[in-house]
Amino acid sequence: MYEGVVQDLIDELGRLPGIGPKSAQRIAFHLLATDPADIGRLQDVLGKVREGVQFCEICGNVSEQEKCRICRDSRRDTSLLCVVEEPKDVLAVERTREFRGRYHVLGGSLDPLSGVGPDQLRMRELLARLGAEEVSEVIIATDPNTEGEATATYLVRMLRDFPGLRVTRLASGLPMGGDLEFADELTLGRALSGRRAL
Amino acid sequence: MSLYRDTGVVLRAHKLGEADRIITLLTRRHGKVRAVAKGVRRTTSRFGARLEPFGHVDAQFYTGRTLDVITQVETVDAFALPIVGDYQRYTAASAITETADRLTLDEGEPALRLYLLVTGALRALAEGGRDPSLVLDAFFLRAMAFAGWAPAITECARCGEPGPHRSFSVQSGGAQCGRCRSAGAVHPPAEVFLLLEALLHGDWPVAEATTQAVRRDVSGLVAAHLQWHLERQLRSLPFVERRARESPIAHQLGSDGTSTDPEVPGATQGTRERGVTHDATAT
Ligand SMILES: [Zn+2]
Ligand SMILES: [Zn+2]
Repeated sequence: MYEGVVQDLIDELGRLPGIGPKSAQRIAFHLLATDPADIGRLQDVLGKVREGVQFCEICGNVSEQEKCRICRDSRRDTSLLCVVEEPKDVLAVERTREFRGRYHVLGGSLDPLSGVGPDQLRMRELLARLGAEEVSEVIIATDPNTEGEATATYLVRMLRDFPGLRVTRLASGLPMGGDLEFADELTLGRALSGRRAL
Repeated sequence: MSLYRDTGVVLRAHKLGEADRIITLLTRRHGKVRAVAKGVRRTTSRFGARLEPFGHVDAQFYTGRTLDVITQVETVDAFALPIVGDYQRYTAASAITETADRLTLDEGEPALRLYLLVTGALRALAEGGRDPSLVLDAFFLRAMAFAGWAPAITECARCGEPGPHRSFSVQSGGAQCGRCRSAGAVHPPAEVFLLLEALLHGDWPVAEATTQAVRRDVSGLVAAHLQWHLERQLRSLPFVERRARESPIAHQLGSDGTSTDPEVPGATQGTRERGVTHDATAT
């Protein structure tokens, strides 16, 4: 245990996700040795976060204005809507530079064990958008894990009778560079059911 | 460092650090085990998706100072794939794993019977031949029997008088004879007692011959009984879908923020107060 404020700093850092006691200590001592100007900038950013981050009123992504940069961009294809769990997933898809449509951020995945059902996510907002906007295809890009798959299942059921709407799911398959025999049953099963004609 | 190997079913997975997870398993011989799966969230992990919830695996562990560490995993049954492909089955499976987690307080305490119940119920959900709601209620009843507080069904909960009886009281432990009947008791139809009995003993031909109305009453009583005995409510229970929705679009568009389905009464959602009032008004 260190004295006073140094220990407080270590404790606070240790609360952050992915930071154990050792890392917290290392970061704390790094900060103690850092140029005061750098600390000042960090302080500023934290202050702004505390004042509240805005979310785009259309897609739910983090935004500096009422509407995010992507929703304001008239060059984006409004007929394509990519549904993701979190704002960080928007960034991941954007980095591919493959997608020119817009997004809908659910705010998580359906996880009954954590008390998250359809009403805790932005499902209703999605339906409202589909009713109001000219969307012809919804691309479901939830995480390829149990909760993400279940969320995709729910979305497919919710959207399948929507007139004139195509619902697609990101392809999932075998990681490149590996051997087939090492693939787990879930991954291999999904790769099989999602196979395509060549 | 000591190694051990066991088969187990994954109840939960919690993120740990950058790329690890803490996996909670219910194992055949070592009861509940919480162990670290290192690097499991990386796409290159050799564990792949084997340690996702509902997976039935054969795993090797080494005993760590605080948590055990998983070193090798092979799949015994890939239950997750069919379960996550159906939202009703997914919510039922979630309630099953949460219940199993809650009923095993001490890690390392063998719970073979519960392990067999969980794998049996997940297998039934994965195979898909049975009503997920019946599978869940059968699991609940048998898990309560494992915990030592299954409701009395054929004999009176208080005096042991053989039935059939007509009253049921969650607070008093189940069926009640005419003399022992308590004030808050409800009077479900005889078919409700028959279904409770069939589910507890795995008599599927009888269980599957019942009507939806009887199944709903049973779900309400079972949920109320379970919640009465658990200290905290099950988080997943309010999210369990008791039957497949016919028209999700109409349902979603037609609702205004309170998603109450007229055919799914509050009792099946499982708070003890609701369970009692529903069945009281049904008589
Ligand atoms: Zn936006
Ligand atoms: Zn009696």
